[in-house]
Amino acid sequence: MVYSLPEEVLEHVFSFIVSDKDRNVVSLVCKSWYEMERWCRRRIFVGNCYAVSPSIMIRRFPEVRSVELKGKPHFADFNLVPEGWGGYACSWIEEMSKAYPWLEEIRLKRMVVTDESLELISTSFKNFRVLVLSSCEGFSTDGLSAIAANCRNLRVLDLQESEVMDLSGHWLSHFPETFTSIESLNMSCLGSEVSFSALERLVARSPNLKTLRLNRSVPLGKLSTLLHLAPQLVELGTGAYSSGIRSDVYSSLSKAFLGCKEIKGLSGFWDVDLSYLPAFYSVCSRLTTLNLSYATIKSPDITKVISQCPNLQRLWVLDHIEDSGLNALALSCKNLQELRVFPSDMYAADANVTLTEQGLVSVSQGCTKLQSVLYFCHQMSNSALITIAKNRPNLTCFRLCIIEPRTPDYLTHEPLDIGFGAIVKHCKNLNRLSLSGLLTDRVFEYIGVHAKKLDMLSIAFAGDSDLGLHYVLSGCKSLKKLEIRDCPFGDTALLANVAKLATMRSLWMSSCAVSIGACKILSQKMPMLNVEVIDENGTLDSKLDSCLVEKLYVYRTVAGPRSDMPGYIWTMDRDSSSRI
Amino acid sequence: MDLINFEATELRLGLPGSTGEQPEKKSTPSPVNTNKRSSSEMDSSISEKQDSSRSPPPTKVQVVGWPPVRSHRRNILQGKKSESEMGSGIYVKVSMDGAPYLRKVDLKVYKSYGELMKGLQEMFKCIIGLYSEMEGYKSEYAPTYEDKDGDWMLVGDVPWDMFLTSCRRLRIMKSCEVMES
Repeated sequence: MVYSLPEEVLEHVFSFIVSDKDRNVVSLVCKSWYEMERWCRRRIFVGNCYAVSPSIMIRRFPEVRSVELKGKPHFADFNLVPEGWGGYACSWIEEMSKAYPWLEEIRLKRMVVTDESLELISTSFKNFRVLVLSSCEGFSTDGLSAIAANCRNLRVLDLQESEVMDLSGHWLSHFPETFTSIESLNMSCLGSEVSFSALERLVARSPNLKTLRLNRSVPLGKLSTLLHLAPQLVELGTGAYSSGIRSDVYSSLSKAFLGCKEIKGLSGFWDVDLSYLPAFYSVCSRLTTLNLSYATIKSPDITKVISQCPNLQRLWVLDHIEDSGLNALALSCKNLQELRVFPSDMYAADANVTLTEQGLVSVSQGCTKLQSVLYFCHQMSNSALITIAKNRPNLTCFRLCIIEPRTPDYLTHEPLDIGFGAIVKHCKNLNRLSLSGLLTDRVFEYIGVHAKKLDMLSIAFAGDSDLGLHYVLSGCKSLKKLEIRDCPFGDTALLANVAKLATMRSLWMSSCAVSIGACKILSQKMPMLNVEVIDENGTLDSKLDSCLVEKLYVYRTVAGPRSDMPGYIWTMDRDSSSRI
Repeated sequence: MDLINFEATELRLGLPGSTGEQPEKKSTPSPVNTNKRSSSEMDSSISEKQDSSRSPPPTKVQVVGWPPVRSHRRNILQGKKSESEMGSGIYVKVSMDGAPYLRKVDLKVYKSYGELMKGLQEMFKCIIGLYSEMEGYKSEYAPTYEDKDGDWMLVGDVPWDMFLTSCRRLRIMKSCEVMES
């Protein structure tokens, strides 16, 4: 470059470049741009907390204001990752507390967080604003007390689906009376009752409160009080939605909802009493998000609600909605972008709900903006999948779970290969796919050939041989996360695609056919990967190369092998395997 | 006044034949198949390994982590089921000889006889004492209950779970009266 812009100008230009990908590209242009970019990067996202160490991050990016970390593998959500696996936030928080005094935001997902860490957060960062703990564990309400008491400028406290040791509801009372900055509070995962008067006072003095997700123990009778104090709410999560037969509760609730002109999202609805549903009808026309996935209400009642929500973009619901409710959804909600249908009964092969593939087909037909699907059902056919694929080539996320493993096309008894093949062929922007049902290696051939934008793939009880895995690893250019369970995939495919693994964030394989010998070879060939073998039963003989591993987690890293592994994890040393 | 001789009745708090509460143990999965790699072998060893609660027919097998529903949601849905099965609380009346009014307890709150005794103790601020096989109650009161058949039984005979389903009401009797009736 003959000429260059002054630093201040470049910095100003860089401030408009927000996405990590773009920032990374900018930093590669030349040395001076690298230097400048690293000094002005404010947000960091670490998709795997073991891919890099806190000190490496801090050394490169000294002026960070917002950090997001993810810990355990996704399959931890389904109890496949044993206790004590790792994902400890402790060292990150300790080092950041020293290096980033101006840190404002911490977002953690699937990590283990302690009360000590929460206390450290609350006292180390003077301008701390956002704490999101999503599916985290290891802390108690005492840690929350510290956050409440010390974070004077807190805007967001979101405990989404975390497992909190619920010692008491008293933590909420630790927000001082001078504290007025809260904008978003999500305590829906907590069990214990908070002091209602403390909650009431907090809401009353927080004019910027836009999101409030209550926990189950906040009684319906008190909800109207809160709504009157916060008519500016945009997102509301109710507590238990029943209250015996109390007409005064109904009328005051109804009146309170009338006053909330800004509500766009509703959730909660535990223990729904049908007679109280109409109380929120007045906000339905404005709703863009509705989460009824904890409400065991029947199809006609669900239909009544959703047919009043023409602006709905996101619906989460139980399979009680049935095909009839989904037909109604297809007719009423033309702006629908995301649909998630969860199972109400996880084990009954013939559930009492009439939810079949037809419901999903209807929605794929009627909702032209549909992009994201999560669907639990009991039966599927290739023809339905083909129809869905042709109807909705704009799908970006398709997660289908046919509850019984290896279920074939119920009409033809064939595997569902061509059905899923149609999905990947037509939906060219598909970035996330979860498979289920009876599937042979053929489906993976289709995926390898067509799913070029696929970022994350989840496979269970599928395939015939290593060929299946090979198709995926060799074909899916954009693949970053691959998680596999109970498939006959093994050494050959893995070792034929070692280089691919360095381009991915992580690979999880459990109950497959990978041997210890292959893990050793993989580790030797790819020093930039951590190859972690999980042997919970203690039956693994690491000297016997043909011994199969229970669970394997492989991920790229610049931080070397981790030092916090539990005894049941083996790493493959260059020369010999070692248990740390 | 003689203390009641409970030896003859040989009452215990546990299931007959057991020495106390034993948590249901998951059967340890069979070790990983170490030297066979064909798919059919894998299938059988996988299902053996995964099932801790296998029930025929195979279509109803409960596999770890399947269907893929988050624990958080799973707990709520399953918790819901058991709550609706048992009702939202087992409230029974408790009377105590000599007390001017009755009380009500939610038996579901307690996990064992010991906890129930503690709770009743608190409630009536008297010393019922812990029931013990050999020594009987150490105080002048004995807890009794009316069962489904209308009979008055001594608390502590049957397993806790069975007690929960059969107890209609509780009466804390003066020990001397237990013998007489």
